[in-house]
Amino acid sequence: FPEVSCPSSLSPGAGQDVGRSCILVSIAGKNVMLDCGMHMGYNDDRRFPDFSYITQNGRLTDFLDCVIISHFHLDHCGALPYFSEMVGYDGPIYMTHPTKAICPILLEDYRKITVDKKGETNFFTSQMIKDCMKKVVAVHLHQTVQVDEELEIKAYYAGHVLGAAMFQIKVGCESVVYTGDYNMTPDRHLGAAWIDKCRPDLLITESTYATTIRDSKRCRERDFLKKVHETVERGGKVLIPVFALGRAQELCILLETFWERMNLKAPIYFSTGLTEKANHYYKLFITWTNQKIRKTFVQRNMFEFKHIKAFDRAFADNPGPMVVFATPGMLHAGQSLQIFRKWAGNEKNMVIMPGYCVQGTVGHKILSGQRKLEMEGRQILEVKMQVEYMSFSAHADAKGIMQLIRQAEPRNVLLVHGEAKKMEFLKQKIEQEFHVSCYMPANGETTTIFTNPSIPVDISLGLLKRETAIGLLPDAKKPKLMHGTLMMKDNSFRLVSPEQALKELGLAEHQLRFTCRVHIQDPRKEHETVLRVYNHLKGQDYSVQHLPDGSITVESILIQATAHSEDQGTKVLLVSWTYQDEELGSYLTSLLKKGLPQSTS
Amino acid sequence: MAAHLKKRVYEEFTKVVQQQHEDLSTKKLRLTKPSKSAALHVDLCKATSPADALQYLLQFTRKPVEVESVEGVVRILLEHYYKENDASVRLKIASLLGLLSKTAGFSPDCIMDDAINTLQNEKSHQVLAQLLDTLLVIGTKLTENPPVRVRLVEVACKHLTDSSHGVRNKCLQLIGCLGPVEKSLAKEGENQAAKDVQKIIGDHFNDQDPRVRTAAIKAMLQLHERGLKLHQTIYSQACKLLADDYEQVRSAAVQLIWVLSQLYPESIVPIPSSNEEIRLVDDAFGKICHMVSDGSWVVRVQAAKLLGSMQQVSSHFLEQTLDKKLMSDLRRKRTAHERAKELYSSGEFSSGRKWGDDAPKEEVDTGAVNLIESGACGAFVHGLEDEMYEVRIAAVEALCMLAQSSPSFAEKCLDFLVDMFNDEIEEVRLQSIHTMRKISNNITLREDQLDTVLAVLEDSSRDIREALHELLCCTNVSTKEGIHLALVELLKNLTKYPTDRESIWKCLKFLGSRHPTLVLPLVPELLSTHPFFDTPEPDMDDPAYIAVLVLIFNAAKSCPTMPALFSDHTFRHYAYLRDSLSHLVPPLRLPGRKLVSSPVSTNITPHEDPSQQFLHQSLERVYNLQHLDPQGIQELLEFTIRDLQRLGELQSELAGMADFTATYLRCQLLLIKALQEKLWNVAAPLYLKQNALASAAAKQILEETYKMEFMYSGVESRQVVIIHHMRLQAKALQLIVTARTTRGVEPLFGMCEKFLQEVDSFQRCFITELPHMQGSFVDKLLDLMPRLVTSKPSEVVKILQTTLRQSTFLHLPLPEQLHRATANIIEPTGESDNPLRFTSGLVVALDVDATLEHVQDPQGTVKVQVLYPDGQAQLIHPKPADFRNPGPGRHRLITQVYLSHTAWTEPCQIEVRLLLAYNSNRSKASAKVSKSAWSENLEALPPPENGIEGTIPFSKPVKVYIMPKPARR
Repeated sequence: FPEVSCPSSLSPGAGQDVGRSCILVSIAGKNVMLDCGMHMGYNDDRRFPDFSYITQNGRLTDFLDCVIISHFHLDHCGALPYFSEMVGYDGPIYMTHPTKAICPILLEDYRKITVDKKGETNFFTSQMIKDCMKKVVAVHLHQTVQVDEELEIKAYYAGHVLGAAMFQIKVGCESVVYTGDYNMTPDRHLGAAWIDKCRPDLLITESTYATTIRDSKRCRERDFLKKVHETVERGGKVLIPVFALGRAQELCILLETFWERMNLKAPIYFSTGLTEKANHYYKLFITWTNQKIRKTFVQRNMFEFKHIKAFDRAFADNPGPMVVFATPGMLHAGQSLQIFRKWAGNEKNMVIMPGYCVQGTVGHKILSGQRKLEMEGRQILEVKMQVEYMSFSAHADAKGIMQLIRQAEPRNVLLVHGEAKKMEFLKQKIEQEFHVSCYMPANGETTTIFTNPSIPVDISLGLLKRETAIGLLPDAKKPKLMHGTLMMKDNSFRLVSPEQALKELGLAEHQLRFTCRVHIQDPRKEHETVLRVYNHLKGQDYSVQHLPDGSITVESILIQATAHSEDQGTKVLLVSWTYQDEELGSYLTSLLKKGLPQSTS
Repeated sequence: MAAHLKKRVYEEFTKVVQQQHEDLSTKKLRLTKPSKSAALHVDLCKATSPADALQYLLQFTRKPVEVESVEGVVRILLEHYYKENDASVRLKIASLLGLLSKTAGFSPDCIMDDAINTLQNEKSHQVLAQLLDTLLVIGTKLTENPPVRVRLVEVACKHLTDSSHGVRNKCLQLIGCLGPVEKSLAKEGENQAAKDVQKIIGDHFNDQDPRVRTAAIKAMLQLHERGLKLHQTIYSQACKLLADDYEQVRSAAVQLIWVLSQLYPESIVPIPSSNEEIRLVDDAFGKICHMVSDGSWVVRVQAAKLLGSMQQVSSHFLEQTLDKKLMSDLRRKRTAHERAKELYSSGEFSSGRKWGDDAPKEEVDTGAVNLIESGACGAFVHGLEDEMYEVRIAAVEALCMLAQSSPSFAEKCLDFLVDMFNDEIEEVRLQSIHTMRKISNNITLREDQLDTVLAVLEDSSRDIREALHELLCCTNVSTKEGIHLALVELLKNLTKYPTDRESIWKCLKFLGSRHPTLVLPLVPELLSTHPFFDTPEPDMDDPAYIAVLVLIFNAAKSCPTMPALFSDHTFRHYAYLRDSLSHLVPPLRLPGRKLVSSPVSTNITPHEDPSQQFLHQSLERVYNLQHLDPQGIQELLEFTIRDLQRLGELQSELAGMADFTATYLRCQLLLIKALQEKLWNVAAPLYLKQNALASAAAKQILEETYKMEFMYSGVESRQVVIIHHMRLQAKALQLIVTARTTRGVEPLFGMCEKFLQEVDSFQRCFITELPHMQGSFVDKLLDLMPRLVTSKPSEVVKILQTTLRQSTFLHLPLPEQLHRATANIIEPTGESDNPLRFTSGLVVALDVDATLEHVQDPQGTVKVQVLYPDGQAQLIHPKPADFRNPGPGRHRLITQVYLSHTAWTEPCQIEVRLLLAYNSNRSKASAKVSKSAWSENLEALPPPENGIEGTIPFSKPVKVYIMPKPARR
């Protein structure tokens, strides 16, 4: 029987680490790569997954059937141009429309930072990004895309960022669902992830917050607004490092509506042109946002901000309060780091980290309480400004993960994209509550899952109707016994009636008959014995007939009585039945063996 | 369930329509009857193909069939049915049978046997389903006939084994609608089918088709609705259905579980996988809570709604719904709510944020953490955070209902409700504010909660702000800082949105009277008094200052020590406010202040009584003066009217009453004045000037009577008679005046006839009231009626004149409650000096915002009038959606008026005002008549007054400066 062997998370891919996602799934002979991310914490070879791991030799295009990108964050798509253009992959790449629109902007930004700012060589070029994007096939939500004759994929809403999707990969009757990053609680600009009861063989879910149950988002929002408001009223500056897209838009909408409601005057800036382009897409893909924005965009598109202006480098030195959103989110490079350096010395100021920070980044350092940072060139930076952490990152928490599992009802669960210790806890919980097996492979490890696939068999309508007519109503929940002949021919299975099977195979029908003799002590004459037997059996639910030739038929079972050749007092009952009536025949025999009741007649 | 009711109403409604149809076509009936069925028969025989036959049947459906011919038609259809081979035609016939048996007045028992017979040989599942539907119709028409129902249920049971979901669906529906409900019937056990309907339906709970499963649950619910007590055994079956793949099944199952939980709240059910047992209602509550995080939002809404009506749930379970154990990295973490509470109870008011105060505390026992609770854990936390606002609103409503019945739960859910004040959808915010108001008796706001609540005062939506004011009216605040905070925020609100003035004052009034002791220590600060120095006297016209005073004075009412803290000018301001804003400032006992205390402190008794007494006394006085000299009458009336008007101004509760009577007396005065003219006897044409006065009086009385009839809410038929009587007198006066002024008799003929008709209709309308009207004008007139009808116009006029003079004047009984409809345009304010500029020929939208009080059916009656300087008037009908109903008797009109005009050379003012449209046909009197016996000879008589339509202005006009600019070429 076929097996779903998956996923070999690529060396050091997403396994038990948050940083770069890259998972390889082989399902019924098809190989699919899920996400193609990079690691923010490294600047050397380690930032990209080791693709040589997939095939030691031979071309990737031959080996992989398709690549699926769940959303546009760089830790999920950052290595894509490298993979397709530099390593070489020409097969199809699937992503949703918003992802396809926004992904190249981010890649280009990333390229600029690494090549133009840091002067790295041997990096992918703008042209490579363009070429890579040409290989992308865009999919709609809930659209079933046939990759080839057997492999099909389907996207579900994931609610992590604009255009984020979960993918169902299906070959025959075996299926895998890959969640990418997802969020089960709606926020200010996106809805909640949703999946139907697709009962996949395997659910590959992220587990960033495997051991966290979060407070309600309203408290978080209120806290955030309060912190920003207080700092601004004090005359301080607020720095909010964000990934250009995703959380940033949510926070923008939050601040924008708050500013409008409270009639605040302090300026809000958003760094650089990247946002403008991206905002443009947010305005366009209204159908991917939440209920509120979808319903009100006719009056006003919420992404047309009134209070938020573009940032200029010179503004950072302006006196007075301001709020600045700057990229990147983990303070590891770029504008956010520059501004951070300028403002870190003043205790009136504040930096709010709205998301997860990978180990090794400045963000991670200050969050863990480090107040003195060593910057490039042996400089020591003292951090006096307040550091706040607001968990705004849109990942599902432990409850959310469990909720998704409940919705999808998978047969196996595989946890990726998290820390080993935390995943251990969740794994135990999942096994305990859902009674499904749960896996958590390390980087580079391959997990194989055996499935119990159901095999479709064709049955002729006539036979089906005939068989269902017997007995009670068909019941979906209970298996039903059917009589027929299973024919395996030309790679197809058919269930046919025995007659037809015989006909097709050109075989003659043989009848198998059982006979059994039962001795009964009865001094009376034969026909009287027969009558007694008849009266005894008549009470049952079968159609019992007394034939003129002195024999009895119960349904199709024949019973005859003869006197014993030696002992006239003993009568021999001959019971004969065909193979089909085995059940009834053996029952009657055992009944007769118990003897006849002492009749009064 | 409501849907079902609606369906039933709808069915009945259609019946009524059909009946009317028959009534109207009674004459034609006999002509068409024989041809109806015959024609159909001929048509059907003619039909060569199934398509043709279908066409004929379709055409036939469009025409109504009379009761008498229904049976014949049915027979022909049946006859054709047996002959027909095409399933689609048979389907149509089956549906026609159902339609026909719905005909009102037709008793379908005669065709029932035939209908059942048709089922026997039918092969097509669709036709079978349709036939069962027909039987359902027949069955519902014959509900009083138990044998029929039993028989139909039997038939349905027989077809339950059909392989088509449609047929099974209908069978279940039929059983649900007709299955025996009474216990006695079931006990007799006439047959297998009737005995255990529940079991039969229950067996289909795990049918393979989700539609059938849904139908089975619905049938069960239907049985419950019809009064059958469902077995408790169904509960476990229903619980399994909660995990169904299909949302409609789950949604119906949630309902079923709810029903069962209401039926058997106290019975005990075991918890699976443990030895414990719990009450059924708690178990059901837990299960429904679980459904609040279902995948389908339809189910979520359903579940959230039902949660609210589960009152018997034990508080332990109830409180779990708000519980969500937080953790971070496997360590227990406190929610923001818990932190806020702790901060408060530790006495730390300043939010001196400590580093990492949300840092996770103790380690969590990994085994004890339940990630998917079977219980009610956090159901509301999820519901309130839901993606769809429908779910959130349903959750808020449920929260409200549960909190109303459980004070401890109310206290707990407060934090969550306060959080909802920041929802992104206004409707949700509004709903949660209203909810909070409803449960406010049970709660006291903490300062940090108050802070969040008050932050919403800056909301730009007026509805939200006003709802919040209402909320603050009935909130309990725990500390004096809270009061201060509320006042400061309200004042901020006042400066930001000056139009909220009234609402804020009202809010502070209640805030003050609820928390006198909390206000007391704040008084010196609020009034900015100083122990040594005199502070400048604040501006009396400042709304903010008035707001502060309203708060203080209302607190002082129950806090006698407070006035000692007032400075001199405060007392003066009190006297002024007590007079000008008497509804906001209560009477105070001010020791040693004679000026103020004398009028008020003597009146400690509830103030309504003396003024009401006064009202009645003055009316009594007026009604007693039958025989005074005219001069005296006039003077007395004038005084009384003046008194009443003043009374109305002083006592807002009596304003409607006083105005109403004053208007009536004014009418009387006018009438008397008109009749007292000395010159009536002189030849008319010489005294045109006097006549002008009399006719003007008549006209004014007419206007006033319309006002009396339509502008007051609470007017009863007793008053309507008097008003109509007065109107009749005015019309008589008009007639007399016309007779005197015009030469020639011809125009008088028409007028006389019309007047007599009116008298006639008056008699018909108010026949029951006539005995109370002895000695009145109409009483005398009716005595003279036979003479009037036969005499000439000139004589009629003479008679009228004398009766009018002799008639006494009627006592106007006062109803319990009388309120005058008032309107107040809040926006435009009419204060702007900046003209509204727009290009001529194009339109400009003017926002109109007005409050209406005591207007019945504002959607139909309130209009906006725009008067342009050139005398052009424009009447605008606001959309029904522009009216909101914030409270009983109150309405808000928020609409846009489109203005346009040709170019002007300079800006000019237009007037905007609200009108109350009326139509005398719609009056209470005529409504009564049209229902009564009079309707029989509808055609014979013209309607009493041919629907005089008019408008009454009932708001002060507001001037708006506009300037249409010429268009640039």
